[in-house]
Amino acid sequence: MDKIKSLDDLRKMKQQLEQQLRLREQSNDPDALVQIKVAMATCGIAAGARTVMNTLLERTAAERLPVVITQTGCMGYCHSEPTVEVRKPGEEPIVFGHVDAKKAIAIIEKYIRRGELLEGVIPQNYESI
Amino acid sequence: MQLTIDNKRIDVAVGTTVYDAAKQVGVTIPRLCYLNLEALGIENKPASCRICVVEIEGRRNLAPSCATLCTEGMTVKTSSPRVLNARKTVLELLLSDHPKDCLICPKSGRCELQNLAIRMGVREIHSIENAEMSTYRKDQSPSIIRNMDKCVLCRRCETVCNTVQTVGALSGVNRGFMAVVAPAFEQDLQDSPCTFCGQCVAVCPTGALTEVDHTPRVVRALADPTKTVIVQTAPAVRAALGEAFGMPAGTLVTGKMVAALRQIGFDYVFDTDFAADLTIMEEGAELLSRIHRMLEGDSNVKLPILTSCCPAWVNFFEQNYPDMLDVPSTARSPQQMFGAIAKTYLADRIGVRRDNLIVVSIMPCLAKKYECRRDEFKVDGNPDVDYALSTRELAQLIKEANIDFNALPDDNFDAPMGESTGAAVIFGATGGVIEAATRTAYELFTGKKCRQIDFHELRGMEGVRTASVDFDGTPIHIGIAHQLGNARKLLDGVRAGRYHLHAIEIMACPGGCVGGGGQPLHMGNAQIICARQQALYREDAQKPLRKSHENPYIQQLYNEFLGRPLSPKAHHLLHTRYFDKSTNN
Amino acid sequence: MSTFKMHLLVCGGTGCRASQSAMIVERLREALAASGLSGDAQVVATGCFGFCEQGPIVKVMPDNTFYTNVTPDDAAIIVAEHVLKGRKVERLLYTDPQHKTPASDSKHMGFYRKQIRIALRNCGFIDPENIDEYIARDGYAALGKVLSEYTPQEAIEVVKRSGLRGRGGGGFPTGTKWDIARTRRSDQKYVVCNADEGDPGAFMDRSILEGDPHSILEAMLICGYCIGATKGLVYIRAEYPLAIHRLQVAITQAREYGLLGADIMGAGFDFDIELRYGAGAFVCGEETALIRSMEGRRGEPTVKPPFPAESGYRGRPTNVNNVETLANIPVIFLKGPEWFAGIGSTGSKGTKVFALAGKINNVGLIEVPMGITLREVIFEIGGGIKDGKRFKAVQTGGPSGGCLTEKHLDTPIDFDNLLAAGSMMGSGGMIVMDEDDCMVSIAKFYLEFTVDESCGKCAPCRIGNKRLYELLRKITLGHGEADDMDCLRNLSAVIKDTALCGLGQTSPNPVLSTLDNFRSEYEAHIFDRKCPAGQCKALKHYFILPEKCTGCTACARNCSVNAIVGERRQAHSIIQNKCIRCGACLEKCKFDAIRVG
Repeated sequence: MDKIKSLDDLRKMKQQLEQQLRLREQSNDPDALVQIKVAMATCGIAAGARTVMNTLLERTAAERLPVVITQTGCMGYCHSEPTVEVRKPGEEPIVFGHVDAKKAIAIIEKYIRRGELLEGVIPQNYESI
Repeated sequence: MQLTIDNKRIDVAVGTTVYDAAKQVGVTIPRLCYLNLEALGIENKPASCRICVVEIEGRRNLAPSCATLCTEGMTVKTSSPRVLNARKTVLELLLSDHPKDCLICPKSGRCELQNLAIRMGVREIHSIENAEMSTYRKDQSPSIIRNMDKCVLCRRCETVCNTVQTVGALSGVNRGFMAVVAPAFEQDLQDSPCTFCGQCVAVCPTGALTEVDHTPRVVRALADPTKTVIVQTAPAVRAALGEAFGMPAGTLVTGKMVAALRQIGFDYVFDTDFAADLTIMEEGAELLSRIHRMLEGDSNVKLPILTSCCPAWVNFFEQNYPDMLDVPSTARSPQQMFGAIAKTYLADRIGVRRDNLIVVSIMPCLAKKYECRRDEFKVDGNPDVDYALSTRELAQLIKEANIDFNALPDDNFDAPMGESTGAAVIFGATGGVIEAATRTAYELFTGKKCRQIDFHELRGMEGVRTASVDFDGTPIHIGIAHQLGNARKLLDGVRAGRYHLHAIEIMACPGGCVGGGGQPLHMGNAQIICARQQALYREDAQKPLRKSHENPYIQQLYNEFLGRPLSPKAHHLLHTRYFDKSTNN
Repeated sequence: MSTFKMHLLVCGGTGCRASQSAMIVERLREALAASGLSGDAQVVATGCFGFCEQGPIVKVMPDNTFYTNVTPDDAAIIVAEHVLKGRKVERLLYTDPQHKTPASDSKHMGFYRKQIRIALRNCGFIDPENIDEYIARDGYAALGKVLSEYTPQEAIEVVKRSGLRGRGGGGFPTGTKWDIARTRRSDQKYVVCNADEGDPGAFMDRSILEGDPHSILEAMLICGYCIGATKGLVYIRAEYPLAIHRLQVAITQAREYGLLGADIMGAGFDFDIELRYGAGAFVCGEETALIRSMEGRRGEPTVKPPFPAESGYRGRPTNVNNVETLANIPVIFLKGPEWFAGIGSTGSKGTKVFALAGKINNVGLIEVPMGITLREVIFEIGGGIKDGKRFKAVQTGGPSGGCLTEKHLDTPIDFDNLLAAGSMMGSGGMIVMDEDDCMVSIAKFYLEFTVDESCGKCAPCRIGNKRLYELLRKITLGHGEADDMDCLRNLSAVIKDTALCGLGQTSPNPVLSTLDNFRSEYEAHIFDRKCPAGQCKALKHYFILPEKCTGCTACARNCSVNAIVGERRQAHSIIQNKCIRCGACLEKCKFDAIRVG
């Protein structure tokens, strides 16, 4: 392991390392964050939810977005898997269906960053916990 | 700086304690644990008894005056009601955990705790009935009795044992109410590194540390018509015994002491000084033989030679310098030489069987009690010296015998073993043994009369001293140390090559035997010790003969019995050997 | 770089490890591996979460789920349900005793709601054996900032401005302490971390060392830079093996990164840290005794002055700070002294960690802003008194603190208020007592502790505390006399006034505060020979209600000392001076005829 020879070294190191703890840092105050839930039941996984999950994780991490991504069980929208629920602070949750990697990026870029809705929103029909 | 003590303004130097400042305005604050070994620059200042507390304006709690330094503008009250209540309560606490058997306590009348209780007028101990006492097993070594029930944890013994003597036999063990001063692992003193120097006894404020009392056995022997009881008195005793009878330190009481011993009933009153002269003959011969071998180029010769008169010092090197057991002189101490000669030569002359001859010694020392019980100094289990009494025990015996010591006429020692030279008398002062040896060795080495008798360069109170004496062209380098901590310094210096010496005298106690653990308690007061030293040098100066080899009775002893110094017979009776007693042995 | 979707934080503090938390970590890892999820979820053994009452704790991130009382067998379920399917395991969620509803995450638990975690910021959050996680949380950034931006004097100014006071008990301003050590000239100075936590029931220092050891190393480095020391020593109890291990790991890692050693961060500052082990004597928490102990001597306090800042370890200027004090230092530099001073009360800034214990629902470790009230701590964070009993007193400040009562409940907790109320902050022990506790016995209990732990050096502490204990024992045995209370008071006052060190000067506090606040209980013991709380066995009286007694002789036959007399089918009675109060008769009586009073 390289020695830390200056404050700059330490700062660089911190930047590399903080990623590891981002998830913990953010989830300390989940109400202030954009919460993304990926349905990861058998149906979701079979339809590609894992790719979606990974894309979301990587993208949000790279852009240092204040989001917390969790997986949930089956939300009941098996017809539209993979599904992703996004809840922005103080807003009602919105569920997107048929999400793939491309659409995942679109959710981030358009909905989360700019607040624009995109296609494939599933009408809300139950309260998630 | 200026401060106010009990409404009196006073100027004191920076670094003055409140206690000392109070003394300057005429207020002596009671205290217990504190002890100042002024000559050594060593203080026992644990501030643990809390008797000397005073009230200082602006301070939350009371302050121990012994350990609190004055500050500019300080206002002190040494006896406000708050202070008096606290002081008396603390004293009552100390007494509540102290046996009340003062009537039969060896320290009764000389006990600092008792004095405090008198001074503070304690008549009852409030609040605590049937309070538990912290008890501890009584530990009796051959020399010293530890009765820790009477310990007030002033830690003076610890300071003396560890800081002054560097023996390290005593330290605080256990916690809280059961805290006690004891050897490591709570060993008995006998199994510890204790050298029995007795300096702890010399500073103990209470009856926690006292000597083993042999006076009852001596009285019993005196009362036994089948026993012939003889006594020998060490040089330092005569310079201190008077203190027990109200005389100033440094009063010589040789004649009164002899008279008292005779009145008590000893059959012969002899002088250890006689054996001291004998010691010089043997030790001097040993020194010269080693110097001759050195001059002849013998690389195996052990130099410097170390004196071996002091039994605490012998114990110390057996414990700490087991690799140097062949360095000290093999000559026995004067006490033991006396015993060996008494039970052979003298017993023959007066026609008493060995086992009917009781040899009692009066010593300034507690280690002598241990020394006379060593196996090397017994013949078929019968010791050469039967009982070693301390100066304090002799004083006690004189009082018991209802003798008006101060009114006694001077008396003389018996012959043959009561005759001695001035060289023997100064054995009791640091540097004295080596000075005595020098007087004799010079003449034996050079074959010339030594014109100088007083070797002032060898005297003094400096802890470690060195000097050179010109043996007619051959410089002889001499080292002197008193107190075991200084002995360690000197010996470590020799080991490290910092000193190149031919002979070293070591005494375990401050100022030599005059400051011994068996003397009237010096409580660390160097002035008392110096006064005793001067008394011995005065006696030396008055003596007609001042060189050991000039003692006619010594010459007679060699002619009639021993042959010559270091002869096989002398070896058998007057020399000894040493044992490795280190903990890793 | 693998990105874990989930972090499973398992408490690795001593308390939870004693309940097999290490095995929980193992089982979680096994279960994840079996489900092919090792790359998705990371299992981290962290420091203490503080909620020890309900341990072992497993916290699932990112949804902040707080599982309590987890057993190794639960690991498989957590993985199968929560990790795999995203469903919380309801059974393991914490249920608030007041609201009876499971709390889905720790933010909504009463225990955490009022806490501000500064000293404990990383405990239960990072892996204490991984320096990277500490660095990721801005670890050593404060050191970097101090070394590159401040002179020692300026840095001490920052500490002074923060208002930080020593958390070990004394409450001495930390910045001032550092400044005294800084201005001393010496060839060598020392920074000592006092980790000799000794108050019964207190474990804040242990938790910090176990959960965030690097924060202590960083603070010691900063202190060393400020006072001009190159050597740091941690004096830690040998009974803290886990904390010792984690400190050792942390020191090794910091050395590997060059954060300990020569020329740290290129600033020309050398510093290294060693551990010194204490054998667990309470008095060695006193700094002069601690220093003597580190020197290999008997752990006994010495007279101050000289203070350690003038002449400490090996006679050199030495700055001794408590663990919790040090844990605050890096944060003060990162967030600024004004931020820190904005928390707390007028004279006491920042937060204080307390160990909640006794008759309280939520036993554990909490960190609250200074100035919070006892009521908030006991009833909101602590969840109130166990079994719905009535609150009687709270003992703060460890064995040398005092007992505070109902009337103090709304006093804001800080150094000065606690002292004014007859207690003290101490190191932060807080023991709650209910109506069943006898206050005379409580005072006796604490005196028993100080009698045990007194070093024995000074007479008032060595003998005086023993006498206090004996007087209290006498009262609880029913032998109290009219002037015993005066004796207790005088003796207490003298011990406080004359004892050598802080231990003795405070040891009578439990006696004085119970005398002040519960005088009637003492009087009941002494004059009525009764223990109102029914705790003092010697003051219990067993008697038989004649109207209920059927004369079945069951009690008489079972009395081992033949203290019960009576004819068959006649009412029996108990000879009081024979009765040893064993309670056997009460157990055997089928007719509810035996009463205790």
